[in-house]
Amino acid sequence: MEFGGRRALRRKRLEIEASYPCGLQFYATPPTGNVSLVEFDEMAFERLKILRAVERLNLSGHVKNSEEWIAKLYEEFAKNKFFIILAEKNTKSKTDEVQKARRQDHVSHFILRLAYCRTEELRRWFIAHETDLFKARFLQASRNGSDIRNFLITNNLHYTSITAEEKQSERENLVASSMNISGDTMEGMTFYKVPFLDTLELVRQRKVFLKQGYAYVPETDLASLVTSSFRSKLSHDMATTYRALPELDSDERLVRLLHNFDKRYTGKDYSSKKPEDMCRITPDMIDNLANKSFPPCMRHLNDTLRTTHHLKYNGRLVYGLFLKAAGLNLEDALFFWRSHFLQNMDVDTFDKRYSYGIRYNYGKEGKKTDFSPYGCLKIIMSNVAPGDSHGCPFKHTDAIILRQRLAAYKVSNQTIEEIMELVNKRHYQIACQRYWEAIHGVPIDAGINHPNQFFEESHKFLNGGVQPSQGKKQPEVKTTPSVMYSSQASTQSSQSSVTDTKTVLEEIAMCFDDDIETAMLE
Amino acid sequence: MPPTEGFDCDMYPDYLAMYYKRIFPYRQYFKWLSYGQDLRTCFQKREFCFTLANDVYVRFLSFKDQEEMETEIKRRCPHKIDIGAIYTHRPKDHKTVTFFSPKSKELVFDIDMTDYDEIRTCCSGAEICNKCWKYMTIAVKVLDLALRQDFGFKHILWVYSGRRGIHCWVCDASARMLSQPARSAVAEYLQLVKGGEDTTKKVSLPLKLHPSIKRAETIVKKYFSEVVLEEQDMLGTPERWKKFLKLIPDQGLQDTLDRLMQQCSNSSQRWNIIQSEVTKAINKGDKKSLRKNLLTEIILQYTYPRLDINVTKGLNHLLKSPFSIHPKTGRVCVCFNPQKAEEFDPTTVPLVSQLLDEINAYDGDKSENMEEYKKTSMKECMALFDSFLASLAKDNIIQKAEESDKRLEF
Ligand code: SF4
Ligand SMILES: [Zn+2]
Repeated sequence: MEFGGRRALRRKRLEIEASYPCGLQFYATPPTGNVSLVEFDEMAFERLKILRAVERLNLSGHVKNSEEWIAKLYEEFAKNKFFIILAEKNTKSKTDEVQKARRQDHVSHFILRLAYCRTEELRRWFIAHETDLFKARFLQASRNGSDIRNFLITNNLHYTSITAEEKQSERENLVASSMNISGDTMEGMTFYKVPFLDTLELVRQRKVFLKQGYAYVPETDLASLVTSSFRSKLSHDMATTYRALPELDSDERLVRLLHNFDKRYTGKDYSSKKPEDMCRITPDMIDNLANKSFPPCMRHLNDTLRTTHHLKYNGRLVYGLFLKAAGLNLEDALFFWRSHFLQNMDVDTFDKRYSYGIRYNYGKEGKKTDFSPYGCLKIIMSNVAPGDSHGCPFKHTDAIILRQRLAAYKVSNQTIEEIMELVNKRHYQIACQRYWEAIHGVPIDAGINHPNQFFEESHKFLNGGVQPSQGKKQPEVKTTPSVMYSSQASTQSSQSSVTDTKTVLEEIAMCFDDDIETAMLE
Repeated sequence: MPPTEGFDCDMYPDYLAMYYKRIFPYRQYFKWLSYGQDLRTCFQKREFCFTLANDVYVRFLSFKDQEEMETEIKRRCPHKIDIGAIYTHRPKDHKTVTFFSPKSKELVFDIDMTDYDEIRTCCSGAEICNKCWKYMTIAVKVLDLALRQDFGFKHILWVYSGRRGIHCWVCDASARMLSQPARSAVAEYLQLVKGGEDTTKKVSLPLKLHPSIKRAETIVKKYFSEVVLEEQDMLGTPERWKKFLKLIPDQGLQDTLDRLMQQCSNSSQRWNIIQSEVTKAINKGDKKSLRKNLLTEIILQYTYPRLDINVTKGLNHLLKSPFSIHPKTGRVCVCFNPQKAEEFDPTTVPLVSQLLDEINAYDGDKSENMEEYKKTSMKECMALFDSFLASLAKDNIIQKAEESDKRLEF
């Protein structure tokens, strides 16, 4: 992509007329042409809002890619008049506008690539949400009867389809492998034959016929196939862009802009603001803290509050007490809740209905007791009804949604698997501990027993660089593998507390098959 | 014969020293793990883990070549050897490099008899016998076919763990290169029995049976009546059949069947009644909780391989090496032929002590200059391993050619 320059300007005119035959794009080549800085900024911001809408929806508990999920997403797009709506228009009229929207789609995607390729974390976020967005748009397009074939041809997406003979000979297997294919619907249907690695999601769910390492994907599952190409291409491209970045650095204006963009929109700008006093937090810090240091239960309450501007009674109680203990004073609490709730109601209603409860939490009303925040056990044991957002996500959230949410929190696949395993065994607090360790990258020996403890350990670690409460117990017993293997290991672990010994055993056992575990305990 | 008879733990270190000195098949072992490739990219970056006396684990060992490996094994006499992944750097340097991570490994599976405790009555825990071992036979049949037919893998090594389980090493180049998400997709594709102690019903199937499940069903049905009904006698006592009936999600039907069970005299009769009553109830269609595939679900819960899929998913997981000795039983981790899985008898797998006796007996008659394992009952296992290596070698050459082609392109 070029910025400025006469040559680019001339090319631009040709470009706009010829390109964008489809509403959907694979972003194979970077745009050419001239973009003003203002335009640049606007487009990027709009795309960011679109990706944020995807993110919010993923957090809201709708099953990803479900009809409902897509409908909600498009509602959001329409409401905000995002360029996506226009870009996907099929009509012949108003071609200029449609082309312009498609160009916005194209350019904005590439601007964000630049802004988001800089760190592993940003890349992951961007790839995940662009992929979700793409799949939603692809599904939507298939549903609207848009020309998918044309899209595939334009973007060089060739999937080898099987011959009529092969289709006939595997007929029974093909019908048996997909839920939505019957002997009748099968007739006119195309099947693609791809390496099973290209369609892992279908393999995992046993929803595709496999033979000799190839998956036979019916055209009804084309979206999975194309999306997985999209994802792998994008992650490859992002890595390349990152490596090419030093070249771009020569354009100073661009660098400043991108950098600025990072700061303004990727949510990094609070990090410099450190509280003077560990025990005091203010409303403007909450969103940032929620992402970095709140346990999943509280983070979800905050996300819900941020997106719906409302929480039900129990949610207000649990979250209110948590914030109080985290260091939010009464005045700030009133301000914080008001600022959210006022998006749905006027000041009067708020004061009448809700400020009482908040003051109550702080012991200023009713029984005038200073209530203490809920611990993990209390939260885990609590009764959660439909529509409630409080509760322990590890216990009360369906596996499929919990997975999505953890992925959205940027937990690695492997860790998600580990966490789900613990959840299956009902070790909710250990799962939470794994989550803490995953987002901080260090072990926490104390375990998790209270949302506020989760938060404090995190805050302490992030701000002071202090090792989480390991006290005087030698951390190396657990963290550095080498110690376990030297001959001193046995004496050292026998001196430390029982829990430590167990951790060492567990850690070793984790790496071996079961045979050895028993051998060691015998 | 209990598995440890004839094996004296106190003598173990002495046996081991002799085993490593005279029998351990270094040449073939090294040939396997170098995959015909440049030692620097493959063998030297492989993690080995030794378990020494008193359960001291030494992880992140790696060796330059066959000679160094041989010397180290002989010197340290590990009670157990585990194999890990191929890393970005030589594992022995892992502390000095900043970015150290696993890159590739065989696709492995681990099946352990303890996971079968709820469906066996002959033994429990670490014990095994020829009756319950049939579950392992079934597991080998089902998995081996799935790996070959569905995923197209060819170089599959099946190994007895030395006590109560089996390991499967898929060694095709494509399998070794699988990413972590791909491994977990494969593992989940092959896993049907899910849930721990608190889950009663561990198999749930959709209305349409996937071809891989149908194939598994055909295989396990051949064993169901012999293994589950006759030998394990899973419907033999009220306690057992009550547990069995819990899998039927309808209290009324459970009660009816419970009454009918008491009138029968053996497991097979009881199963016939269950089958016909459940089929009747499903056909009548008035009980929503009874799904079409209920009987298949039950059969699979009692027969389908029970995988520990974490071992398969993790790239950095260690697995006991073939030809290592099991420290508790003294048995060699031998490989066996999946086509003849039913003939494999874990109770006659050679003991380390026995091998040495065999050599002495052989040498007593004549002294010949041949590889020592050929004088022992490991002969058969080594013949199998040799043919495994031979077919692997053909693909190693192809892989190497492809790789140098790729290098030329750049
Ligand atoms: S374990 Fe405790 S802190 Fe963690 S999510 Fe559950 S309730 Fe919150
Ligand atoms: Zn037995």
